[in-house]
Amino acid sequence: MRAFTYERANSPAAAAAAAAGNPEAKFIAGGTNLLDLMKLQIETPSHLIDVNGLKLDTIETTDDGGLRIGALVRNTALAADARVRRDYGVLSRALLAGASAQLRNRATTAGNLLQRTRCPYFYDTAQPCNKREPGSGCSALGGFSRQLGVIGVSEACIATHPSDMAVAMRALDGTVETVKADATTRTIPLAELHRAPGTTPHLETTLAQGELITAVRLPRPIGGRQIYRKVRDRASYAFALVSVAAVIQRDGSGRIALGGIAPRPWRSEAAEAELRRGAKAAAAALLEGARPTRENAFKLPLVERTLSAVLSEARA
Amino acid sequence: MPNPSELALNRRDLMVVAGACAALPAMGASAHAQPAPVGAPVLHDVSFEVNGRRHALSIDTRTTLLDALREHLHLTGTKKGCDHGQCGACTVIVDGQRINSCLTLAVMHQNASVTTIEGLGTADKLHPMQAAFVRHDGFQCGYCTPGQICSGVAMFDEIRAGIPSHVTADLTAAVVASETEIRERMSGNICRCGAYSNIVEAMVEIGGRQG
Amino acid sequence: MKFEIPATQNPIDQTTVIGQPRDRIDGPLKVSGTAPYAYERHDAAPNQAYGYVLGAAIAKGRILSIDLKEARAAPGVLAIVTASDAGKLGKGKRNTATLLGGPEIEHYHQAVALVVAETFEQARAAASLVRVDYAPSQGAFDLAAEKERAVKPPSEESTPTDTQVGDFTGAFAAAPVSLDQTYTTPDESHAMMEPHATLAAWEGDKLTVWTSNQMVDWAATDLAQTLGIPRANLRVVSPFIGGGFGGKLFLRADVLLAALGARAAERPVKVTLHRPLMMNNTTHRPATIQRIRIGATKDGTITAIGHESWSGDLPGGGPEVAVQQTRLLYAGANRMTAMRLAVLDLPEGNAMRAPGEAPGLMALEMAMDEMAEKLGMDPIAFRVLNDTQVDPEKPHRPFSMRRLNECFRIGAERFGWSRRSQRPAQARDGRWLVGIGVASAFRNNLVTKSAARVGLDRQGVVTVETDMTDIGTGSYTIIAQTAAEMLGVDLDKVIVRLGDSNFPVSSGSGGQWGANSSTAGVYAACVKLRETVAQTLGINSSEAVFTDGEVRAGNRSVPLARAAEAGPLVGEDAIEFGDLDETHQQSTFGAHFVEVGVDAATAETRIRRMLAVCAAGRILNPKTARSQVIGAMTMGAGAALMEELAVDTRRGFFVNHDLAGYEVPVHADIPHQEVIFLDETDPMSSPMKAKGVGELGICGVGAAVANAIYNATGVRVRNYPITLDKLLERMPDAA
Repeated sequence: MRAFTYERANSPAAAAAAAAGNPEAKFIAGGTNLLDLMKLQIETPSHLIDVNGLKLDTIETTDDGGLRIGALVRNTALAADARVRRDYGVLSRALLAGASAQLRNRATTAGNLLQRTRCPYFYDTAQPCNKREPGSGCSALGGFSRQLGVIGVSEACIATHPSDMAVAMRALDGTVETVKADATTRTIPLAELHRAPGTTPHLETTLAQGELITAVRLPRPIGGRQIYRKVRDRASYAFALVSVAAVIQRDGSGRIALGGIAPRPWRSEAAEAELRRGAKAAAAALLEGARPTRENAFKLPLVERTLSAVLSEARA
Repeated sequence: MPNPSELALNRRDLMVVAGACAALPAMGASAHAQPAPVGAPVLHDVSFEVNGRRHALSIDTRTTLLDALREHLHLTGTKKGCDHGQCGACTVIVDGQRINSCLTLAVMHQNASVTTIEGLGTADKLHPMQAAFVRHDGFQCGYCTPGQICSGVAMFDEIRAGIPSHVTADLTAAVVASETEIRERMSGNICRCGAYSNIVEAMVEIGGRQG
Repeated sequence: MKFEIPATQNPIDQTTVIGQPRDRIDGPLKVSGTAPYAYERHDAAPNQAYGYVLGAAIAKGRILSIDLKEARAAPGVLAIVTASDAGKLGKGKRNTATLLGGPEIEHYHQAVALVVAETFEQARAAASLVRVDYAPSQGAFDLAAEKERAVKPPSEESTPTDTQVGDFTGAFAAAPVSLDQTYTTPDESHAMMEPHATLAAWEGDKLTVWTSNQMVDWAATDLAQTLGIPRANLRVVSPFIGGGFGGKLFLRADVLLAALGARAAERPVKVTLHRPLMMNNTTHRPATIQRIRIGATKDGTITAIGHESWSGDLPGGGPEVAVQQTRLLYAGANRMTAMRLAVLDLPEGNAMRAPGEAPGLMALEMAMDEMAEKLGMDPIAFRVLNDTQVDPEKPHRPFSMRRLNECFRIGAERFGWSRRSQRPAQARDGRWLVGIGVASAFRNNLVTKSAARVGLDRQGVVTVETDMTDIGTGSYTIIAQTAAEMLGVDLDKVIVRLGDSNFPVSSGSGGQWGANSSTAGVYAACVKLRETVAQTLGINSSEAVFTDGEVRAGNRSVPLARAAEAGPLVGEDAIEFGDLDETHQQSTFGAHFVEVGVDAATAETRIRRMLAVCAAGRILNPKTARSQVIGAMTMGAGAALMEELAVDTRRGFFVNHDLAGYEVPVHADIPHQEVIFLDETDPMSSPMKAKGVGELGICGVGAAVANAIYNATGVRVRNYPITLDKLLERMPDAA
């Protein structure tokens, strides 16, 4: 880990300004992913801006009946919030399926959205990786790729986004509020936060240098049966092979977003249009254009089977 | 078993070395945001309580809370199993919440209150959870054990606070400390010796006592 | 003391302390965080510096150059050790690859440099500034691809490469019912919770290392040989070990590099292997390809049994001895085993908990399940029918004790085996397809020389010293129980000091030989001490009874402490074993029962119940022994369901080299586990009449899981681990 200077930021705008002027600066909140990567020399900031004191740790009910979740609300607090448990069960479930209690106690809402892939080649600096070192190649293609992406991937990168929380937020039509160095704010639909890897997998989000996420907004509750189903090898404390966030209405219509299969939370309107025709049709639409490797081709039938189980559960 | 005297640590003696990095340029807390010479360590002041005792450190910004405890305060009961948040051996309780001390910087804990295994009980006067681990043989090599115990103590607080888990059947109902709940909630603490079955027994006993 | 004839009645048989489920005497230290592990010895030497290990970035090739300029100039750096400036180094006889690589690189993450600095943070940062220029060369990394090039490795007496009895080929061909299947097991990692760690300090030409090692004497011998210094100049201290499982049997890079770093920096240096380095830097359980052939009559009598295994290792390494249990476990007149070894340039393969039997039984016991089905027999009945009370290769050689059938009988009753449907995929509980499976557990009982020193002081406190280690096995406690029983004192009057090369050389911890051998060594030393005590007190030692803190003979009764009034007394001796393990086959036995649920939709497998019934001689402490067995069952569950070091066959390394990528079981994977020990004593094993259990528990449990999955789903997966992707396609309809 490279030596770095450290400051505690006093306001969101000041934090953004401090970061905007220094391309080697990083925000730190929970630190559960950033420090992990810094120890491995994958992230090498020379300056850390501690945003934990910014008081962005409340969950407010918005005028339109939705929720505004502060960027620093810890995963545990968000999952345990009575409104989330009652009205956004899929989000609570997704959070609780992720990581461990210790990590959830530190990990923040914004940090969870911005966590980086767990592709093992990304984590090993002796191996080529286009995301870590642009132009060096993708070791995962043709390598150990069982965990990795099957859709939305590119020739340059087949990494997945590891979040559970983001998958549920995607299904709930979440939007992200940010502040920039000049103190201007903007709102980004979650669908537009993460970039497709294309030929530039090292560019992961649409945030500008120094732009700080201050909150995630959820529209007012949409009811329905809310289910988060995470499929993994061990029973807990593991990343998803496939996960499904679903909000299914009484008439069989609904929303689905998937994790574990793509570089970003994966949602397909075409698939949602097929939901009432069943899992097979929906999965086919969802996986249109999938490009699995030999090792992760099983994720295609797994998506369909998991979706099928989720839809049965929703009907039950 | 009597502790062989050569192993006995005198914690009072060790306190004086806290934060000892005399060879390094001291920059102090007021020096934040100054550009550092390339590669030179940056020291930063931080002060927090550990097991009820206040510590003021001037510490390399890179030092994790875990290494501050182990290498600077010589509180080695907290273990480094992976240093990457993948095992839970470093679990401590900070401001009432269990966290992985390996994935947080010491300088991020200004004015925090930290409880480590040494703060729960001593070999002569064990915390009820520690005693239950001995009775139920909830450990073998002992290396994950302090983390399991700190995690378990905080876990019951989480259950009492009504925080649900992945296996909680009804998100809107009260949470109970069942074996299934304990297993899920303790899954961030890996025990490679495989003492899980005994650990859960120890915790059920404690959880029962704590209502 | 020579142990050459079966044990008769002795003080251990009183079982007032030994055999009792006592709490661990080191428990309070461990649960309070005050048991000091190697990296925590701030007390041991002043002014400690930190070493950080840099691993090779290639699997095979040469270092062309190392540029240390930037690293040397980095803040706080005190010294950098590389092969080019470490001086002439030897190699320990138990190491295959060298511990400090360069210029030749033998495997990925082989250590190539140690950076020593004032602080851990500085050492780690400087290590990233070491620039190494490599010339990679072609290597062999794919066992399946190299299988045809595998050769017959040198035969060893205990594990011959090829065995043959009768006419296997003819009998197999003639068998009315036969099975010929191939199974694979993957590379596995010990993944003990405490990473390898060492603090090294020189005083002149004398070196002390505080380390984490299962075999103190091996570490001392191999370190002396590697450094080229006299063994007498070396002290190895290892009182607490945060797990080993075979991964700390040998001298590893942390010890050597700490010693070299301390010499270079001229101050004490401590080194730990950081977690992401461990899996490629250290040893692992090698992958196997196993072919099993079984032929039987229609009534299920085995007439031919053959087991072949292919594995790989670095040049000079050895095979995974996965066939050895098949030589002894079941009857059958015609038999063969064979092992073949391929050269692989992956990290060094070596012992992991029950080396040989663990992967061997994962295959054999699945084959037995398959064969039972072919025969239309109950899998337990098939095993019971083919039980043997003698070594099937040498029928004149009986087992010292073998109650495998009883294990099955008791286990079947306890587990509700009769409720199992012989037809698979019949039971369902909500979303779960439910099945139960069984397998034999079998592991030989190894005995090895072990010495101890036992002292008595005027307070009546007994102190045992031996270089034996406690890797979580309970050595501290069972050794204290042994001394307490022998000398008639309470457990709290016994101090046990372990893991120091200044103490008498013990068996060490490995191969499940430690408990029986080391306590037998303590027994021998106690016998010596009893004689000295009796002599001092003027009592005929053959009449002396040691009990309740007193020595009694006839009407006379003297407090034990009085014997030491004039000064402490010491008894030192070793147990040395004769040929009872040659005249009799000494083994441990068990039956594993497992119930699984397999998700009907996703094919995720979760274990619902586990039971092991074990027959392993006298159980010295049922509490700690039970922990050994449940721990082994847990590791076996991991092997069955999730553990696999993923090989990148292009780049030659284990890709998932941390605890996030290499999944081991967590709390949520393991249900309540039940263990039953048969009440038995085996007088052939030692005066303790005990045998090992630490590895028995992992033997067969993986196959029991696999057989339960088959029973639940009707899908037979012969390639471990049995992950959902291997089941998915053939799962029964989810409806």
